[in-house]
Amino acid sequence: MNLSRRSLLVGGAALAAAGTLASPAILRAQTGPIRIGVLHSLSGTMAISETTLKDVMLMLVEEQNKKGGVLGRRIEPVVVDPASNWPLFAERARELISVQRVSAVFGCWTSVSRKSVLPVFEELNNILFYPVQYEGEESSKNIFYTGAAPNQQAIPAVDYLAAEEKVQRWALLGTDYVYPRTTNRILDAYLKQKGVAADDIMVNYTPFGHSDWQSIVAQVKRFGSAGKKTAVVSTINGDANVPFYKELANQGIKATDIPVVAFSVGEEELAGIDTAPLVGHLAAWNYFMSVDTPINKEFIKTWHAFIKNTRRPTNDPMEAHVIGFNMWLEAVKKAGTTEADPVIDALIGVAVPNLTGGISTMMPNHHITKPVLIGEVQADGQFNTVWQTPGTVVGDEWSDYLEGSKDLIADWRAPMRCGNFNVRTGRCGGG
Amino acid sequence: MIRALLGDRLVLVVGFAVAAVALAIGIGNLIFPTDSALHAPTYTVSLTGKYLCYALLALGLDLVWGYAGILSLGHGVFFGLGGYAMGMYLMRQIGTRGTYGHPVLPDFMVFLNWKELPWYWYGFDNFGFAMLMVMLVPGVLAFVFGWLTFRARVTGVYLSIITQALTFAMMLAFFRNDMGFGGNNGLTDFRDLLGFSLRSDGMRVALLWASAVALLLGLAVCRFMVASRFGKVLTAVRDAESRVRFLGYRPEAYKLVALVVSAVMAGIAGALYVPQVGIINPSEFAPANSIEAVIWVAVGGRGTLAGAIVGAVAVNLLKTVFTANLPELWLFALGGLFILVTLLIPRGIIGSLGALRLRPGAKLGDDPAADAGRA
Amino acid sequence: MEQGAARLVPPPPIMVVSRVLRGFAVVLLLALALAGPARAQGEGGPIPALATTNFDELSRAIERLALSGHPQALPIVEALRDGRLMFRQEDRAVFWRDPAGAMRDAATGEVAAGVAAGGLRPLRLNNRVRRAIDAAVGALSLSNADPRVRLAAAERVFRSRDPEAIPALDSQLARETDARIRRAMEAARAAAILASDRAEPEKVAAVSVIAARGDLDARGLLAGLTGASPVVADAAAAAVAAIDRRQAMVRIVQDVYYGISLGSVLLLAAIGLAVTFGTMGVINMAHGEMVMLGAYTTFVVQEAIRNHAPHLFDWSLAFAVPLAFLVSALAGAIVERTIIRFLYGRPLETLLATFGLSLVLQQAVRTIFGPNNREVGNPSWMSGAFEIADITITWNRLWIIVFAAVVLFGLMLVLRRTAFGLAMRAVTQNRRMAASMGIRTPWVDCATFALGSGVAGLAGVALSQIDNVSPNLGQSYIIDSFMVVVFGGVGNLWGTLVAAMTLGVVNKLLEPVAGAVLGKIVVLVLLVLFIQRKPRGLFPLKGRAVEN
Repeated sequence: MNLSRRSLLVGGAALAAAGTLASPAILRAQTGPIRIGVLHSLSGTMAISETTLKDVMLMLVEEQNKKGGVLGRRIEPVVVDPASNWPLFAERARELISVQRVSAVFGCWTSVSRKSVLPVFEELNNILFYPVQYEGEESSKNIFYTGAAPNQQAIPAVDYLAAEEKVQRWALLGTDYVYPRTTNRILDAYLKQKGVAADDIMVNYTPFGHSDWQSIVAQVKRFGSAGKKTAVVSTINGDANVPFYKELANQGIKATDIPVVAFSVGEEELAGIDTAPLVGHLAAWNYFMSVDTPINKEFIKTWHAFIKNTRRPTNDPMEAHVIGFNMWLEAVKKAGTTEADPVIDALIGVAVPNLTGGISTMMPNHHITKPVLIGEVQADGQFNTVWQTPGTVVGDEWSDYLEGSKDLIADWRAPMRCGNFNVRTGRCGGG
Repeated sequence: MIRALLGDRLVLVVGFAVAAVALAIGIGNLIFPTDSALHAPTYTVSLTGKYLCYALLALGLDLVWGYAGILSLGHGVFFGLGGYAMGMYLMRQIGTRGTYGHPVLPDFMVFLNWKELPWYWYGFDNFGFAMLMVMLVPGVLAFVFGWLTFRARVTGVYLSIITQALTFAMMLAFFRNDMGFGGNNGLTDFRDLLGFSLRSDGMRVALLWASAVALLLGLAVCRFMVASRFGKVLTAVRDAESRVRFLGYRPEAYKLVALVVSAVMAGIAGALYVPQVGIINPSEFAPANSIEAVIWVAVGGRGTLAGAIVGAVAVNLLKTVFTANLPELWLFALGGLFILVTLLIPRGIIGSLGALRLRPGAKLGDDPAADAGRA
Repeated sequence: MEQGAARLVPPPPIMVVSRVLRGFAVVLLLALALAGPARAQGEGGPIPALATTNFDELSRAIERLALSGHPQALPIVEALRDGRLMFRQEDRAVFWRDPAGAMRDAATGEVAAGVAAGGLRPLRLNNRVRRAIDAAVGALSLSNADPRVRLAAAERVFRSRDPEAIPALDSQLARETDARIRRAMEAARAAAILASDRAEPEKVAAVSVIAARGDLDARGLLAGLTGASPVVADAAAAAVAAIDRRQAMVRIVQDVYYGISLGSVLLLAAIGLAVTFGTMGVINMAHGEMVMLGAYTTFVVQEAIRNHAPHLFDWSLAFAVPLAFLVSALAGAIVERTIIRFLYGRPLETLLATFGLSLVLQQAVRTIFGPNNREVGNPSWMSGAFEIADITITWNRLWIIVFAAVVLFGLMLVLRRTAFGLAMRAVTQNRRMAASMGIRTPWVDCATFALGSGVAGLAGVALSQIDNVSPNLGQSYIIDSFMVVVFGGVGNLWGTLVAAMTLGVVNKLLEPVAGAVLGKIVVLVLLVLFIQRKPRGLFPLKGRAVEN
């Protein structure tokens, strides 16, 4: 008897705790602080990229609170850690929305994490600002995409190389996941449409964290010996970049021979490499730390003061969060409330300054307008902008170069309110 | 048989606790209004459901580790395969509601330009077939793997290391987009199960209860197995395989049965897990996940069945609390737990409780957990 | 328009963008951007023409300068290459900063008093400009006194194929005595001739000169020949085919070499494990983190050298190697005394405890050094590559192969030729007997574990040269390391060597056929199947024990 009582305590307590763990948070009155969620991995493999974005959000909130918050209320950030674990992203998102009662969430980096939380945001009708360049092929009522779609990064970069470097042969190297796959498919279709022969396109995929690039770099060299100007378009992700660039440098592939243009390598990634042998290799982004505008200088100054380290770089997804946060503020002011539906409606058409000296506007497809910048790597780990679109480019959610999506558009304004309207059949719902 | 089931009070207590909590949370969610003190939020329902799936996985692991001495560092394979089988069914249920409105192909196949459904996706639109696969795929894999391995008398740490290689290879394979399982993004955006929306509270409670029932059934099966003559031989194989062999038994057959049953349990756990968390992706195959499952069992106490459930729930509860409040400290806490449990309470929570039952002077060898780690 | 500094004009917020317009917007804008130039064709000589931010104009200005025979041409172009060339916006006067820091007027080469770099605009480069610079430097420095500069110049002309350089090459060839430079210059001359409008027989001769090089650059040049007469084109096609046959052989050798290189990395990562797992039976899941500690030690050493004694940077690894060994060995000793020694005889529990330890160490490093990658540089003697028979061999990989061999044989010496090695083997074979003979077994255990961990630290130094230095470093090698040790046969260093090399070579031979991902999966599955056939690995220890 004695025994069973004790074990009842242990056996039951653990399970019962699950029940009491997340008792409903008190509905906060309209006068309390406005809560926003920050959903970035602070541990695990993605911490390397996402921790900085959490810091930026905290800085933006702090700065805004100095100015008196919004709607006369303070903003309170709620930071949680999804630990680079995709199901945990969905769980944390649900917690932020239904337990912490946040008005909007800023977060996610990888596509899979966004895909994981998307049903949660749609079900609970909340707002997510997603700050990273991605493969497109999505438009949700509840998600606002402040990073680049493929047409805001990949296609201008290829155009630049074809026009400026007279590139005729293309090696598309990527990590095997959805962003490189989709981007390369789009580029493949785009290049063929421009008259590039199938033989002049090489596609290669490597696993995450690939570290032995000897064979592939040698293969690229061989590919580049066909007498036509060759370039590498790299969608290699994350950690695999450092050994890739080291191998490039050591095998002596110079930017003047075979330039590499990357879509996932920014200032933060270059911080781990000696860039002197890489000078001239390219990246396409919508923002570079080196952009010489007063608003960017101010941003960098504030960032360095906040993070207490003057050597920390800034990068493109950080700018996307700056734009997203400012857009959300404007929309909340416009709507006069933090309720999801009015803010979602108010967000469309909101225009705020970006850090490169222009204005970014939230379009009806929940993507924003951005300038496209092509930069060359410098010896100091920064990028030198060598080309830039004269105006901004609208993010294209459904690529025109993919079979399945060329007839689709998204428009979230009344009366259409549809994320996948088929212009050919005239119906919402893809088909 | 009834006596076997009721023979272990700890198992009974934990079983009742599982049933009670699942019932209470389900009723609390469906019946009591949101402002009631007895209301259980939807978030808690899914979370508890997830814990119960983990508990079922841990239970299966305890059967092979605690009773057959097979330390599998690759149980995530069976869990993940079960999950993928369920995920494939759920993907097929989306039908024309996918973003491209394609009647047959899932979204990821449309935009990667697949022209038709690969053959291994056939049949998954049928719930019965999918459920069969949930059990059959992990079961057959476990059978083939176990048959090869046990016959070659691969034991102990060698076995552990190759199970780890297995799950690692599986993870790499599923990461490949050419495999036709959605690559890194996995399967997601599920809509409904058997015609009921997955986004309704009723469905969530139903899944929670299904998980609880599966766990209780699993507990009963395991309890029955270990209390039977089969279980006695299995334990003997764990403790002295050669001696059992010399006595005329075929240890590999016993181990094979345990492994297959365990894999099927893990597959069911995975299948129930997927609709509750809303995604299945190759990271479920990550070797670290499988090792983490082992630590649940170690914390709860291996070779006790009840311990696996207690351990899985306790560690995941801690994980939820830590990653929400002290993210930087989570890995310190988890890592520290691994070290402290193995050093200080090698029998785990339940095992230590069980040891109290023994009168002073009783032989340590009576306790099933004490020797379990010695392979 | 100025490409380098195009300014944004904020467009009015367009609310409805037609599909067509949206798709073509970028293309249109790009066309506009590139249609701009063809303005300002050099008024007033080659020097003021440099004062431009348009890359097109700048490239042409460089070509003109190189042809002009201007006495300052070479220093100006070199200054441009190194970012030391600037111009004054008002009057397009061009200045360069000499290495001593003084500003010089480009037109005269005299020190320009009263001109400060602050008021000038530095000229920026892109790849096209860099190519023009390379060609100009090549053409201008063919007659340099330094043979290395002449060789580089010849290589540059080979790439730029500038027919204007033929006279300079001819005159230099007449004087050149160094055979290697002669060959390079002849190839450069042939390349330039193919790009010129010279007579057919001369071009055919040029094709054979280039074909004799036989490498990929030569192939690229010949394959890309356009507008050649049929005779020249046939000669080039035949040469390309010959190069391709040669390259097919080269590829196999190359893949094997890459396999050995990968094998040496695997060997380094696994060899410490072979000690702890192989001789002690301890499954150290924190082995990868010992490697990581070694890599971070290298980082710390390099940081210290960068901050306090930059001239010693090439020696940084010489300091890092012993320090990394000590740091990891010390960590290993502490781990052994506080955790492992309580778990002897329970290998599966050691596995769990050390896995926990690996999580703690990872997070500790993440807390101390931050989650980001840390930059560990290659010393100059580990940078770059050289070629043997058309195989590019990078110095860092080659040194790692050497280092792996040294570590392996060093370890063998310790185990076979020292008293400690003897004690260690004795304890491995029969602990109680060894203890009876007066060997302090706890001390031997601790030292063995420290040795294994220290060797892992050495691996960390090597890996820091080719991989990320991040908290995840160890994790990415741990499974491979276990595979190598198990495959090779536990407790046998030769087995570890053979296993690592086999895995490396098989992996690299599969990679071009099956792709990197599938190649790795195939190797893993083969390994799992192999273990079923030979559960004790390639070279099992012979013994009488029935099991364990």
